[in-house]
Amino acid sequence: MSTEVPSRSTPDASDLSPSSAAETKKYKVIGTRPIRHDGADKVTGKARYTSDVLLPNMAYGALVRSPYAHARIVSIDTSEAEAMPGVLATMTSADLPDPWDKVENLGEGCINYAHLSGNVLARGKALYKGHAVAAVCATNAHLAEEAAAKIKVEYEPLPAVTWVLDAMKEDAPLLHDNLVTQALGEESARPSNIGAHIHFEQGDLEAGWAAADVIVEREFKTSSIHQGYIEPHVSIAMWNEDGRLKIWTGTQGSFVVRQQMAELLKIPVSQVLVIPCEIGGGFGGKIAVYEQPVAAVLSRKCGRPVKIAMRRDEVFEATGPTPGSYMRVKLGATKDGKLTAGEAWLAYDAGAFPGGVIGPGCMCVFSCYDIPNAVVDGYDVVANKPKVQAYRAPGSTHAAFACESVIDELALELKIDPLDFRLKNAVQEGSRRVDGPVYPRIGLIETLEAVRDSQHWNSPLEGPNRGRGIACGFWFNAGLQSSVTAAVNPDGTVSMSEGSTDIGGTRASIAMQLAETLGIAATDVQPQVVDTDSIGYTDVTGGSRVTFATGLAAYQAGLDIQKQMVRRAAELWECDVDQVTVEDGVYRYGDAALSFKELAVKLNNAGDPIVGRASVSPQVSTNAFGAHIVDVEVDPETGKVTILRYTAVQDAGKAIHPSYVEGQMQGGAAQGIGWALNEEYFYDDEGVMRNASFLDYRIPTAFDLPMIETIIVEVPNPDHPYGVRGVGEVPIVPPPAALAIAIHRATGCRMHELPMSPPHVWRAMQDR
Amino acid sequence: MVQIFIPAPLRRLTAGQAQVAVVATTLREAIEALEQQCPGIRGELCENDGLAPTLQVAVDNRMTRRMSTPLKADSEIHFLPAIGGG
Amino acid sequence: MTPVKKHVTTKINGESVEFLCEPRQSLLEVLRDDLALTGCKEGCNNGNCGACTVVLNGRPVNSCLVLAVEAADASIETVEGIAEQGHLDPVQQCFLEGAALQCGICTPGFIVAAKALLDKNPDPTEAEIRFSLAGNLCRCTGYDKIIRAVQAAAQARLAAQQSS
Repeated sequence: MSTEVPSRSTPDASDLSPSSAAETKKYKVIGTRPIRHDGADKVTGKARYTSDVLLPNMAYGALVRSPYAHARIVSIDTSEAEAMPGVLATMTSADLPDPWDKVENLGEGCINYAHLSGNVLARGKALYKGHAVAAVCATNAHLAEEAAAKIKVEYEPLPAVTWVLDAMKEDAPLLHDNLVTQALGEESARPSNIGAHIHFEQGDLEAGWAAADVIVEREFKTSSIHQGYIEPHVSIAMWNEDGRLKIWTGTQGSFVVRQQMAELLKIPVSQVLVIPCEIGGGFGGKIAVYEQPVAAVLSRKCGRPVKIAMRRDEVFEATGPTPGSYMRVKLGATKDGKLTAGEAWLAYDAGAFPGGVIGPGCMCVFSCYDIPNAVVDGYDVVANKPKVQAYRAPGSTHAAFACESVIDELALELKIDPLDFRLKNAVQEGSRRVDGPVYPRIGLIETLEAVRDSQHWNSPLEGPNRGRGIACGFWFNAGLQSSVTAAVNPDGTVSMSEGSTDIGGTRASIAMQLAETLGIAATDVQPQVVDTDSIGYTDVTGGSRVTFATGLAAYQAGLDIQKQMVRRAAELWECDVDQVTVEDGVYRYGDAALSFKELAVKLNNAGDPIVGRASVSPQVSTNAFGAHIVDVEVDPETGKVTILRYTAVQDAGKAIHPSYVEGQMQGGAAQGIGWALNEEYFYDDEGVMRNASFLDYRIPTAFDLPMIETIIVEVPNPDHPYGVRGVGEVPIVPPPAALAIAIHRATGCRMHELPMSPPHVWRAMQDR
Repeated sequence: MVQIFIPAPLRRLTAGQAQVAVVATTLREAIEALEQQCPGIRGELCENDGLAPTLQVAVDNRMTRRMSTPLKADSEIHFLPAIGGG
Repeated sequence: MTPVKKHVTTKINGESVEFLCEPRQSLLEVLRDDLALTGCKEGCNNGNCGACTVVLNGRPVNSCLVLAVEAADASIETVEGIAEQGHLDPVQQCFLEGAALQCGICTPGFIVAAKALLDKNPDPTEAEIRFSLAGNLCRCTGYDKIIRAVQAAAQARLAAQQSS
């Protein structure tokens, strides 16, 4: 089901947007549901993921990891391992160049190379259980594992801290001796575990409280969550004798891997080639490098290609979770339901190194509501856990759980329908966020109206222990840099190369935009994801940016082709260029008319091959909003929450391939549901994760979920020719809050802690 | 005038002002003009010749890290934390 | 150091296959690394994710939990054997048409498990499909489109049966 919303024209229309007609135009390719170009490879098992790549004479690496959450590394003895037959090389952090203390913005957040290097292999101290401290490679994977067990590491265990508030205490064990708190323009005098303090304020908070008739303040806690991609991290490195380093890996950003490798190994970018393989899920967790530099150094040492594949427990214990958090949110509103003031205090752990996701958390906490007076404080706190990585709308889900829960309580206190309350305070074009910027055209109100008008919202929910909740969510969505080239083939099809690794069907959504631009069928474009030597720089597949920004590049590459085709058609017809017209892929001059394909066939061998190219760097957020409705039944005996019905509503701007937009909404919702109801890193008192397997870290199965209904709202993005907004991240944001509210309706209990797993819900029901 | 919104922690350098108006045609000029009025603030926002890597800038709601970003006569400038997406 | 290898004769996708393996090697490892049947995927190597599902003597199993030596004299079907010459199986076709995959890493396991289900139960209810596929984890799709693809495949198979 799709709701077309007429868009207002914005006075400051972007130069990227060729015509306001985009909003009313009927498309031939966009909005259809063709079979994805890489589909047959993927349903037959032929698609090549990194672990499927077998190179001649390949060696296998294994990592030695700290059994302690926090320990000084006294000594590492690799001699016994090296003496084993079949063992080819060992390494420690001493084999990596001394890292420079350089912070670089890689488009999607910034990376501190000293921290990154120290995360790849521990320097001096192991900072979390599972932190890699040494590595070995051998002629087969079993031997490598055996040899890893023979590397003797002597540790001096130190007290560990995993909960964010504990890590903030004055007497907390310090992870880094020299970490001081950065607050724009100020540094704390003494070292602590607090890496940064973020502070936003807007309006007059005291006046805002004074104007409020009702004020609600609550505190919330969440646990670390893993992205849970099914493909573990796997990479192959081959460092040739000529100095050229080739990396095969499943990554969200091949160019970002290239950059990290060059910086960590201190070699020129030109010496690194990254060959992206198919990627088995990422969700933010496959941007930073882990095993790639280790495989590279081992390869240089042993002169063979080296493959390192993590086990699932290594993935949980050593790769990117999202933070555990403590949050306090306070909101005030007048009797007639207008928000007057808001205050948020957020502490997110960053894992073992500073630089987590507190920034976006602070920017998102009040992003759905127009709150004239607000203050937000946020703290980035290191703890003895794996370094936090982005996870789908990083930081926003936590904050929405807190803010939406308080919004709901406030509405109930005011005796105003929670949906009406949201509609009354929802941000729209011109609303100013607490961090400052003013929204351009956005679709939150249309999204909430779609909720109000939906069959689900208007259906009765009866029976004991049942309840319905709704919640909103926001994510910025990035623009960043993308490149596309496209060559016209002799048969009138087009071969398209792009640098965005395809994590969920974006070959199709990008090829469709090129096809639409050229007036040909989606099947007449052959998209390829190519390596870093074969295309211009392209930022990560993340930030919900690919269909928007790489799609924009495809659109512009299409215009480039069209311009060349017009020029060549004019030569063919012996007329002036401006006498050739193009409409819907048909080129005309006088009575002559040729389709794109016919023209391409005629032009073959009649001059220069036609190759289109474009590179773009749209400097915009595409600002997407979603709202979810959920019906639950809570088992009063066990506290188990069963989802009876679920609907995700979202402004997609324009859905290029609606099936994959729905798929993002359903998949994001399912991840949010897992986060809400089951998933957590369970740490013991020693800071050891006790559930590092898919058996014990329980992501939703097919049996846990109902069908997930979707309603796509389309408020076109003025900054894209087809109106595209990013889609992928928003749908993870609303579920925890929507479920907490539904559980409240079912049980009368307010849940302030995630996950809302049976023991927690049962306990809350006993305490009511 | 171009309106520069001062992040709360830096308002100690602007005598508490939340907004400072400057005349400038690029982001670089705006930051230089701000530095003239509020000495020391540039060092908090910039590193070497560019924006500090931990920051991004919203100029009239367009995110940028380019110092050459052109400004309109009444542009709004906000300094925000750099963010990543999943 | 290296253990003595065992000689195993088995049948994979209808063809007789012989291989040497170490006793500690799993069927998954031998299929992928020695026989180059990389369609079955390793997601966890401890039987929790189902990405390595193959059919062993008519039953779907996690090939990471089967030792390669246990495959002796067995009959194994992998995702590579599902498409008939030149055309996809209805399950594969319905996955494509229904956009039932995103990253695709779990897809071969789901295809094998879903086909095994339909071979045994040609017209399963939604609950039966969800129960049967609960051992196959997908992190991308939320399962909705997978379940619908299996339902569509069941209907396509039934329709094909009726017309033949």
